[in-house]
Amino acid sequence: MQKMEDMRDAYGEALAQVGEDPRVVVLDADLSHSNKTDIFKKKHPERFFDVGIAEANMVGVAAGLSLTGLIPFIHTFSVFAVGRVYDQIRISVCYQKANVKIVGTSAGLSDAHDGATHQSVDDVTIARVLPNMTVIVPCDGIEVRKAVRAIYEHFGPVYLRIDRMPVPFVWESMENCQFKIGKASILREGSDVTIIASGCTVHLAVKAADQISKIGIKAEVLDIHTIKPIDEEAIVKAAKKTGAIITAEEHSVIGALGGAVAEVLGERYPAPLERIGIKDKFGESALDWDDLLKAHNITAEAIVDAAKRVLKRK
Amino acid sequence: MHSQSTIKSLEEKALTIRRGIIEIMANGKRGHLGGSLSIADIIAALYFHQMRIDPKNPNWEDRDRFVLSKGHSVLAQYVALAELGFFPREELKKVKKIGSILQGHPDRLKTPGIEASTGSLGQGLSVACGMALGAKIRGKDYRTYVIVGDGESTEGMIWEAAIFASHYKLDNLTGITDQNRLMASGSTIVGSLSPKWRAFGWETKEIDGHNMNEILDALDWALTVKNRPVMLVCNTIKGRGISFVENNVDFHHCALTNEQYEKALRELNEKGGKK
Repeated sequence: MQKMEDMRDAYGEALAQVGEDPRVVVLDADLSHSNKTDIFKKKHPERFFDVGIAEANMVGVAAGLSLTGLIPFIHTFSVFAVGRVYDQIRISVCYQKANVKIVGTSAGLSDAHDGATHQSVDDVTIARVLPNMTVIVPCDGIEVRKAVRAIYEHFGPVYLRIDRMPVPFVWESMENCQFKIGKASILREGSDVTIIASGCTVHLAVKAADQISKIGIKAEVLDIHTIKPIDEEAIVKAAKKTGAIITAEEHSVIGALGGAVAEVLGERYPAPLERIGIKDKFGESALDWDDLLKAHNITAEAIVDAAKRVLKRK
Repeated sequence: MHSQSTIKSLEEKALTIRRGIIEIMANGKRGHLGGSLSIADIIAALYFHQMRIDPKNPNWEDRDRFVLSKGHSVLAQYVALAELGFFPREELKKVKKIGSILQGHPDRLKTPGIEASTGSLGQGLSVACGMALGAKIRGKDYRTYVIVGDGESTEGMIWEAAIFASHYKLDNLTGITDQNRLMASGSTIVGSLSPKWRAFGWETKEIDGHNMNEILDALDWALTVKNRPVMLVCNTIKGRGISFVENNVDFHHCALTNEQYEKALRELNEKGGKK
């Protein structure tokens, strides 16, 4: 059994830690138990505010708080964190460069039970198109901890997207996880094909790389946790090295990791590309997250198949 | 009580603001005229009397904050800021020209003295709530002022903020509604606002938004209210001060002909004030 951790648990702990800084203020829209912001709330009740089920106001209030020098972290499910309040983020946060950290939990398909209304397939794309925005999708609890510290230290709007289910650790320890905003991490060296993944698909990419090594294919694996600004140099370098790219994400392939990588390849170093992710569809209810990922073909096996396909196109 | 000389000087400032708005719109430059004129008296009262500000130090931590949630009326604010020396008056001639520090809507990153970038209606009240809450968290005694339009008050987000400010007892926030009863395309549909704000837990006072004495009294009264936010619902006239613009939605966003421009300035000059 692989060691696993719910990203939200890691998040809640990490938030409480950066929350030692009296400038950190936490807002939640009636989901503090699920979002694990209640850990912060317990430690610093005077800097925790539940806004009720009113996400638009939460964004505006956070912008106002940040303009007084505070560092607001705001929380709801990913599906409500960007799309529902797009214009508030566009004007009150991004346009005026407000130092607001938007944290969307229960990302992608990870709220399997609740179905399409609670599954975010488009949030990364619409966050990414906003000027001044930084978009981060960590892959495990360790990377979540690193990301929280990094976005707290980074001045400017950030969207951080985390899942709600336990995911296997990709990183062994805090020491061995080299996290820098905008910088891809190389998890496996390889010369035949590059698998670029973000979020919960990173461990699938590693698994797929291990599987195809058995049939003699050497796959490089890149963890691109920062979707914006995307690490163009790492992508171009990979394309030059292996000449075949696969992206994997728990999100629509339109405009997010797959889209961003396609843009970089198209403009700077065209190479065959296969994209694993949600294919222009909404989610649906499932009793098990894994079943839903399988239904959307987001699996290690799908990455292996994509590797075989992309190699033929080299 | 306010001295006659204070009232008189602020009324002159309001005239200066109205004149400045018209001058910005010289040579057929388009602008949101009606809503800028309706807040001119309130802007004069805030900037030249009420607010604790220092034009030489626009980022002074303890300054009072002002958010123009109905951002399209920014021409009135630009004239006041120039008059106070936040930027040279010369800049007023460049409003909306490419590269200008004075945008079509308030931009805090480009214009000294602007506290929040607004223009997408409904958002400024929430931002002001954040500033007021920020003062409480940081133990600061500055006050936050925000002007909201009555047309803007159709936005749902306004009422999310209304709930928030009331629940968190933001008694360091003075809301001001510019109740001119007209939107861009006709009468507002929002209905009576004072009862709505009261129902949301705010203290309210309804005043004549063109009567300087009433404005100053109401702003002072707001300072005495504890544990609740305050909304001053100001009855105003869209286009106030220029006969053919008053209550005429054609002048919500418009250009003036040379003839209209001359007539507008003439009417304002007849009212006196510093020319």
